[in-house]
Amino acid sequence: MNTAVLRTEVRLFRREPGALFWILLFPTLLLVILGSIPSFRNHEADLGGLRTIDVYVPVAVLLGLIVGGLQSMPQTLTGYRERGILRRMSTTPVRPTALLTAQMTVYGGAALASALLALLVGRFAFAVRLPEQPAGYLLALVPAVLVALALGAVISALSRTTKIAGAIGSAVFFPSMFCAGVWAPVQTMPDVLARIVGYTPFGAAAEALNRAAAGDWPGWTHLGVLVVWTVLLTAAASRWFRWE
Amino acid sequence: MSVIEVSELRKSYGGRAVVDGVSFAVEEGEIFGILGPNGAGKTTTVECVEGLRIPDAGRVRVTGLDPVADHARVARVLGAQLQESELQAKLTVREALELYTAFHDKPLDWRPLAERLGLTQKLTTRFGKLSGGQKQRLFIALALVGNPRVVVLDELTTGLDPRARRDTWELIEDIRANGVTVLLVTHFMEEAQRLCDRIAVIDKGRIAALDTPAGLIHRSAGATVISFTPSAPLDAHDLNTLPGLASIEDRDGRLTLSGTDETVNAVITLLARRHVTAHQLRVVDATLDDAFLDLTQEATA
Repeated sequence: MNTAVLRTEVRLFRREPGALFWILLFPTLLLVILGSIPSFRNHEADLGGLRTIDVYVPVAVLLGLIVGGLQSMPQTLTGYRERGILRRMSTTPVRPTALLTAQMTVYGGAALASALLALLVGRFAFAVRLPEQPAGYLLALVPAVLVALALGAVISALSRTTKIAGAIGSAVFFPSMFCAGVWAPVQTMPDVLARIVGYTPFGAAAEALNRAAAGDWPGWTHLGVLVVWTVLLTAAASRWFRWE
Repeated sequence: MSVIEVSELRKSYGGRAVVDGVSFAVEEGEIFGILGPNGAGKTTTVECVEGLRIPDAGRVRVTGLDPVADHARVARVLGAQLQESELQAKLTVREALELYTAFHDKPLDWRPLAERLGLTQKLTTRFGKLSGGQKQRLFIALALVGNPRVVVLDELTTGLDPRARRDTWELIEDIRANGVTVLLVTHFMEEAQRLCDRIAVIDKGRIAALDTPAGLIHRSAGATVISFTPSAPLDAHDLNTLPGLASIEDRDGRLTLSGTDETVNAVITLLARRHVTAHQLRVVDATLDDAFLDLTQEATA
């Protein structure tokens, strides 16, 4: 990790209004819109007595890291390669890996900030209780961020141009949002579907976050699914990534 | 010991040999030029020196180190300006200079460097908003900011206006005066003639000639150029049998001959013998341009 490179990448990230909006604000904004629908604030027997707004907070938490990891980061990294920025850097004593780790730190950090914002707005605007098992929540959130970054790294590795990165990113983005529960939270999915979704990275993340929010420790299965995905995707990314 | 050593370097892409057995050595404090037509293998050669490409065969050493195996150590002594590269579009000139300064152990102060390259007014401008010439000047600054022992400059002054070009040449001369070794890829004959101590002319992946600029001009067939408008037509046979003649051209009655000093004397004798007056007689040394065309043409044929 090179601090000068990290500082530069943080500075550049702050100059991207699009990324700032979609990663940091959009998930919480979605939460505010849903929370403004009166019926979403009623307790539902189907949701085990929870309100719709309660189950959407974890969705909003995952949304920021999906946008950051799958949409923004691959675009930036592929652009850095396409425009010879990585190549230029590889003629200096600092290796281009410094740029990669800085990028991951920036997007990982932004995803966590976005998650925190969603939790706080949920708590203070809609009285959604904060996770009752905070350590367990963090235990689920960290691998969720890592799996999003690893998946983003694979997209960057497979895309020769930013256009391709955009296309692959979108193709992976919508299924990921579905699994995270953007259209129907995991709790409302039919059992078979929920079980299948539980083996996808963001489905497992959603289940793990829900358990921790309810006061339990996240299950080993879901954490295991996240770790396996992270390891596989990281291996694939480092196998296929090209510097130029 | 030579600062840069390249021997029997070979590199092919898709079965086509781009660099086909290139050898040269650059001594400490020397400005060494690489000249050649487009696609001759110049950039591939210097990219092997920079450690950006892995040679198929041959040996490359920079201060005795292998640029691929010892990349980290070579990167500390070598500054590079690449032909095609960019920076992050929203990075300002000052931020870029500060960032690249932070990469090195004993960097130069970037401020005087930016001043000499005319970047002081542009420090707060983002890279994406710079003109081609300004980007080029920033890349020259970034190549030098690490206080390298060796700089590799690929198309140093492409995109620069004549004044900026001259200022850049002075800067490179000053840097060399401080003992820095310079490897320069160029298209501009004037640049090569002005800056380089020695020049390797590369054509089709091979070295067509390696000499000082004066040596290259001298060794090419038409080192001296004689032009005049004869007061009466001269016999074609007389002209074509002039000693040392390399080429002859007749354009609207004005003759241009290239050859040696011997050719000059013979022309004067011929004119006197035929009682022909030479109007606007000019005798000049051929330029590096002429030598270059002659050398690369020979290799093509």
